[in-house]
Amino acid sequence: MNTTAERGIDRSQMTVSDEVAIQITNMNKWYGAFHVLRDINMTVNRGERIVICGPSGSGKSTLIRCINRLEEHQAGQIIVDGTELSSDLKNIDKVRSEVGMVFQHFNLFPHLTILENLTLAPIWVRKTPKREAEETAMYYLEKVKIPEQANKFPGQLSGGQQQRVAIARSLCMKPRIMLFDEPTSALDPEMIKEVLDTMIELAEEGMTMLCVTHEMGFAQAVANRVVFMDQGQIVEQNEPNEFFNNPQSERTQLFLSQILGH
Amino acid sequence: MEEHHGLNYVRTEMLGEQAPPVSEVGAVRWVRENLFSGWVNTILTVISLAVIAWAVMAIGPWLLNSVWEAESLAQCREILAAAGAVNEHGTFGACWGVINDRWHQLLFGFYPPELYWRPILAFVLMLVALAPVLFPNVPRKWLFFSVAYPFIGFFLLWGGTVWLPLMIAAGFVVGYIAARLTSGYSTLITSAAAIIAPLIWWFYLMGPVTEALHSMIPIGLEAVQSNDFGGFMLSIIIGVTGIVLSLPLGILLALGRQSNMPLIKTICVVFIEFVRGVPLITLLFTASLLLNYFLPPGTNFDLILRVIIMVTLFATAYMAEVIRGGLAALPNGQYEAADALGLDYWKAQRLIIMPQALKISIPGIVNTFIGLFKDTTLVVFIGLLDPIGLSSAIRASSDWQGIYWELFIFIGAIFWIFCFGMSRYSMYLERRLKTDHR
Ligand SMILES: Nc1ncnc2c1ncn2[C@@H]1O[C@H](COP(=O)(O)OP(=O)(O)OP(=O)(O)O)[C@@H](O)[C@H]1O
Ligand SMILES: [Mg+2]
Repeated sequence: MNTTAERGIDRSQMTVSDEVAIQITNMNKWYGAFHVLRDINMTVNRGERIVICGPSGSGKSTLIRCINRLEEHQAGQIIVDGTELSSDLKNIDKVRSEVGMVFQHFNLFPHLTILENLTLAPIWVRKTPKREAEETAMYYLEKVKIPEQANKFPGQLSGGQQQRVAIARSLCMKPRIMLFDEPTSALDPEMIKEVLDTMIELAEEGMTMLCVTHEMGFAQAVANRVVFMDQGQIVEQNEPNEFFNNPQSERTQLFLSQILGH
Repeated sequence: MEEHHGLNYVRTEMLGEQAPPVSEVGAVRWVRENLFSGWVNTILTVISLAVIAWAVMAIGPWLLNSVWEAESLAQCREILAAAGAVNEHGTFGACWGVINDRWHQLLFGFYPPELYWRPILAFVLMLVALAPVLFPNVPRKWLFFSVAYPFIGFFLLWGGTVWLPLMIAAGFVVGYIAARLTSGYSTLITSAAAIIAPLIWWFYLMGPVTEALHSMIPIGLEAVQSNDFGGFMLSIIIGVTGIVLSLPLGILLALGRQSNMPLIKTICVVFIEFVRGVPLITLLFTASLLLNYFLPPGTNFDLILRVIIMVTLFATAYMAEVIRGGLAALPNGQYEAADALGLDYWKAQRLIIMPQALKISIPGIVNTFIGLFKDTTLVVFIGLLDPIGLSSAIRASSDWQGIYWELFIFIGAIFWIFCFGMSRYSMYLERRLKTDHR
């Protein structure tokens, strides 16, 4: 799946500021006795697009789920947009309203129409008037190219369409950071491209993105940095060309040979 | 017909739609496929037809010989004998005269006949109040009436001073104010204040305030004592109140059972397991004998109210488990998506989780409702005159001694209409809410 060549993305347009969006320092997490994340240190600048990859069970999902506190970390510090994540509910709410998340299995609300899925959080969390929320929703539906589906239910859409709705739903909250957890891995090959195209467009607009994915074409096209994780640790990170063509660690080499190799 | 040469094939014209062959439609086909497909099915069909025919022949003549105008069983038998409706056991025919003669008792118990308009009005208003809850095309603003109805209904049925229902309603305002005053603190404190403040109001303050107001502005209806309540009116009062209360309480209990606060979780589990673990009838005896000991001295709790509390608690425990089943069926992703969008716990429950969990649980919920409604007949054992209790009273009277089929058929039919209505409504609701298109 090579979206890069077809679209000829102009990477120079995508600017990265030196303002810090996410700062993770010495972060550790355990599931019971199992040490799932070990001493994670990571800084993400505003406008940066980071791809996280690694073998199954290496803790990629856990890491990005810590960033909007779907999972709780037990040691170290996570600061998102200047707000430190702690058990303080107000901080958690603040961070969640700034950070959008897209899941592997879309997690749309099946009892609501597409439009209702998109307007629910703006209306109930942001207190946006209904009309305005619907206008915003339609704007983002246009953007992900499925405005005609607005009044259908999620179950009536294809996987690719559902995932684009999920992206639009996050965008309706006007987040400053977007997290993606394997957004394309539950999709059939012909639908992967439409979702990746949407994500590339987002990247071009300067959205700060953290994306767990094995779509290496996407990584090469838009990422500033690829982070490789194994056994709960960050093993290697580099800008994409270096990462793919000149991996340093043995584990990275093994991993890359497995996913690109055949 | 296109010709196929080797592997290469291209369709040149598309085919139109055609009607199915005649053997695939019609009544004959239905009968053949459903009743006489194979010898086992044929035998079963014949046996079933024989059973139906026998039942019709046994009951049919009895129903055909119905007598509606009679003031006693003796008179009814005379009429039947005169009409020649006799078999080897004596007169043979249904004496609906008993219903004709005693319907008002079966419906209202010993409620004063000149005040029948009050329960009738209360019933009609109940239907009005239920409409916006049950059907989405009724204007939403009618929900205000639904909220006010319990107090109106209470006032119409029991009468007495108008201040009592108003002051009971004021308890909810007290709870709301308490919640607002404590809104700066944690959810737990706010919830506790919202529960405790109204309880204090209802148990300690409401009585004196009501009396004072009534002595200043005495407005009211003639009071009717709970002892006079009976019949289907009583079943409906207990059943509907139990149904309306057990759903929200069951939701709270189910959520409490899932809570990650150990204290709340334990309380909910203990409550559910205790209430489910004892027969309803023991709870009813508790209501009639013991409940007063646990309440502040001086509060004299109406027996019907006590029974309603017990029936509600019983149904609530079942309801909680039914709803827990619905909650368990929801994928975790729904909670995560709600969290990630920044919805707080109660908003996520209200907008995302409950609509789906309740939809899944509809059959179980309605099952519990129907069970509860029929269980209201158990109150006969603690001396309340529900339709069953009244039928015993009617059969004990000299006029109707010895009659029973007609009474029980009538009572059964009325219960069946209510329960069948609930069942149909639940099917309608399931169809209306079906959005998953799986
Ligand atoms: N709720 C949980 N309780 C206990 N262990 C968990 C839990 N969630 C994940 N784990 C374990 O933590 C480790 C990391 O899980 P995680 O989902 O972060 O991996 P991942 O890198 O996202 O893998 P994949 O590529 O398969 O999605 C795995 O070994 C997993 O079994
Ligand atoms: Mg994962």
